[in-house]
Amino acid sequence: MTTQLMTGNEAVARACYEAGVKLVSAYPGTPSTEITENAAKYDEVYAEWAPNEKVALEVAIGASIIGARSLAAMKHVGLNVAADPLFTIAYGGVNGGLVIVSADDPGMHSSQNEQDNRLIGRAAGVPVLEPSDSAEALEFTKTAFSLSERFDMPFIIRLTTRTAHSSSLVSLGERKEKPLIPYKKNEKKFVMMPAHARPRHLDLEERLSSFMAYVEGCGLNRIEWRDKKIGVICSGAVYNYVKEALPCASILKIGVSYPLPARMFKEFAAGVKKLYVIEELEPMMEDFARSLGIKCQGKELFSIAGEIMPWEIASKIGGKEQEMLPAAAEIPARPPVMCAGCPHRGLFYLLGKHKLVVSGDIGCYTLACSPPLSAMDTTICMGASIGVAHGMEKAAGEDTSRHTVAVLGESTFLHSGMTGLLNVVYNQSRVTTIILDNSITAMTGHQHNPASGKNAKGQTAPAVDFEQLCRAIGVKKVLVTDPYDLQATEAALTECLEFDGPAVLITRRPCALLVKELPSAALTVDNKKCTGCKTCLKLGCPALGFNEEGKAFIEQTQCAFCGLCAEICRFDAINKEAAQ
Amino acid sequence: MTGVNNILIVGVGGQGTILASRILAEVAIAGGYQVKISEIHGMSQRGGSVMTQLRFADEVFSPVIEPSTADILLSFEMLEALRALPYLKEGGELIVSKQELLPMPVITGTAQYPADIAERLLSVVPDAQIVDALSLAKKAGTVKAVNVVLLGMLSRHLPFDENSWLQAIRKCVKPKTVEINLKAFALGRG
Ligand SMILES: Cc1ncc(C[n+]2csc(CCOP(=O)(O)OP(=O)(O)O)c2C)c(N)n1
Repeated sequence: MTTQLMTGNEAVARACYEAGVKLVSAYPGTPSTEITENAAKYDEVYAEWAPNEKVALEVAIGASIIGARSLAAMKHVGLNVAADPLFTIAYGGVNGGLVIVSADDPGMHSSQNEQDNRLIGRAAGVPVLEPSDSAEALEFTKTAFSLSERFDMPFIIRLTTRTAHSSSLVSLGERKEKPLIPYKKNEKKFVMMPAHARPRHLDLEERLSSFMAYVEGCGLNRIEWRDKKIGVICSGAVYNYVKEALPCASILKIGVSYPLPARMFKEFAAGVKKLYVIEELEPMMEDFARSLGIKCQGKELFSIAGEIMPWEIASKIGGKEQEMLPAAAEIPARPPVMCAGCPHRGLFYLLGKHKLVVSGDIGCYTLACSPPLSAMDTTICMGASIGVAHGMEKAAGEDTSRHTVAVLGESTFLHSGMTGLLNVVYNQSRVTTIILDNSITAMTGHQHNPASGKNAKGQTAPAVDFEQLCRAIGVKKVLVTDPYDLQATEAALTECLEFDGPAVLITRRPCALLVKELPSAALTVDNKKCTGCKTCLKLGCPALGFNEEGKAFIEQTQCAFCGLCAEICRFDAINKEAAQ
Repeated sequence: MTGVNNILIVGVGGQGTILASRILAEVAIAGGYQVKISEIHGMSQRGGSVMTQLRFADEVFSPVIEPSTADILLSFEMLEALRALPYLKEGGELIVSKQELLPMPVITGTAQYPADIAERLLSVVPDAQIVDALSLAKKAGTVKAVNVVLLGMLSRHLPFDENSWLQAIRKCVKPKTVEINLKAFALGRG
C-alpha cells in the first residue's frame, strides 16, 4: 500500500478519485480551494470552477440526480450562498452520492466571519461528518458517498482550516468506477412544489431517524476509554489537541457532528467522573449533552470565538502551567499588502485622492482598506458592494452617488455582483460601479473564472465580454481603462461620477504575479530631485522605502516596474529609464 | 530521538517556506517517522508573515507547535525570527537568513524596523546562526533557492543522511530546477 503526505484538501480530492466520483464543481474560497485544484488533476474526474457556490451545488445536484457521484466544495460562507438548493435537496434526496464540503475557518485566518456550519447541517437536516486529519478526510469522504446513496441524503464534510491545511500521512487506494445509477423520472422526489415537498419533509425526518439509528453503532464515532477521572467529548482538529494535551483522558471522539449519538453521549457521561465538551465556535455538542440532562463543562472554559489550541486545553483542564508569549510590543506587524505592481493600487490611490466613499467588496483589493491607501468604507460579503452603494443613494439622495463608488473584482462581479448592477439599472440609481478586471480569481491563489479564457483543467474556454454584458443589462456608460495609466483612469472616473445614470468603469490589467516577462525599464530615485515629500509612499507599495537621508528609494528585487510612483511624483524624481 | 521534534519555519509570504517544509517532511518520512505539518496561508501570499509548523516522531497528534517548545526555528527573515522567537524552547537552535524585508507599517513610517535584531536574537540564543543565505542562493544560480540553502544549513542539525535530503529535493522541486536546488543545498550544508 502506498502512503503519501497530504493536506486534508488533497485527501478529499483523492477520495473523489477513489470513490468513482464523476463531477466536482466549486467556487474557490480559503481554506477549501485546493480540493478542486487537486480533483482537476485526475483525468477520471470532471472538475470545474462555477461562478458561485449556488451554481456549484446545483451542478453537483444535477449530476447526482442523473446518477453520478458528485461533490461541491466551498468555504463556510459559500454555503450561505448555496443554502437555497441545500435546504431543498435535503427533502428530495439523491440518486448518485452527493457530498458538500464546507471548509470552516475558526479564528478567521482568511475570512470575514467564523460561522459554524455544523449548525447549517442541523438546520437543513443534512448529516455532517467531521474528519480530524487527512487520513480521515479521505476515509470519511468515501464513506459519505456510500452513506449518501444508502440513506438517500446529501452529506456535508466539514473541515476547518487546521484539517484542510494540515498535512499527515494517507494510505492510497485504487479508483473504483461507479457506473451511473439509472435515472428514472420521479417528480414527487425532485419537483419540490408544496404538494410534493410536504410529504418529502416528513420523509426527510424518517431518513434522518434511520440514519440516527445507524450513527449510534457506526465506527465514525468512538469511545476511547483511558483514565475515567476525566472524559472529553470532541471532534475534528480538537481531537488531536486533546490527545496531545490530556494523554490520560477518556475521549468520546465524534465523527458525525450531526445527528449526534444520544446513547453514546449517555454511556460516556456515565462512565467518567468529570466531563468536558471541547469544541471550537458554537456549543453544539455541549447543548446536546445538556439537552440529555448530562452535566458538563464547555464554553465557560473555552471561548465561543476563535480557535482552541492544545496548550489551552493542557492548562485549563490538565492544570499545566501555560507558557505565556511575551508581548511583542516593539515588533512591527507585517500585515498582508497589495503586491508590488498590483493593478488595483492606482485606482485606490485615486479613490483616496478624491475622498470618495468606497462601497467595497472581497478580493485582493480589500487590502486597500489598510493604510496608507485607507480607501474602503464597507466590505460585507461577496457582491455586496453594488447593492450597498445603491441603498446609500436611495436613502440619502442622488447626490450621494456623486462621491460614492461601488468597487469589486471581476470574479466577485460574476459571483454575485451582476444582480446588484441589474438592480441599479432597474431601480434607477446613478451608482458608479468599478470592476477591477485582472481576469483571475487572485485572492484565493489564482483560479480561472469565466473571464480568464481558461477552465479549471487549464483548457481554453470562452471569456465573458464585460462591456457587452453591462450594456445588455442596461448600463449606458461603460468605460475601460488601464489602471497603470493614472491620468486616463482619473478622467474616466470623473466622467462616470458626473454621468447622469448608472455607469461602469472597468480597469483592466492582468494580475502582476502572473506577468511572466519583466519589463526592461528599471525604476530608480534621482536623489538630487527627490525632496522627501513622501507622496510616493502613499501608494502603499512594498517596493518603496524611505532612507536615513530623507529620500525615497526603490527596492530593486521587489519593484514590478508598474511606474505608478513615477506618475505621481511631482518632482520628476523617479526615473523609468536611467538604470536600464 | 525521543519525544516529538518540533521545527518551526517562518518567513514572509512568497519566500518558499512551504516547499521547504515539504522537503523536510519527505526526509523525515523516509527516516521512518510520522509527520504532521500545519500551515496557515491564504492572505499570506500577499507579503504577510507566514508560519509553517512541522512535527515528527513515532506518533504525532497535534500538528501545531506550542510556544517555548520548538527545537529548531528556521527563519527566512530577521524580523520574523524575532517575532517567532517565543516559540523556541530553551536551548533550541536558531538559524536565520539575514535578509531584511520592510513591512508596510515601516514603509509608511508608523513603525520602525528594529536596528538591533541580531543582538536581541543572540542575547536569547548565543549560538544562533545568522547567515547570508541570499548570497549563497545567488551563487547557486537563483535568489529563489534561498529556501533550499537554508534547508542545507538545517540538515546539519538533523539526524538524516545527506542522500535522503537529495532524494527529497529531487522529488519536491520542479524538474527544471533540480540541479540549481541541489547546488543550493550543498552550499547551505557547507
Ligand atoms: C461566498 C464567498 N465565496 C468565496 C470567498 C473567498 N474569496 C474571497 S475573495 C475571492 C475572489 C476575489 O476575486 P476577484 O473579485 O476577481 O478579486 P481579485 O482577488 O482577483 O483582486 C474569493 C473567492 C468568499 N469570501 N465568500
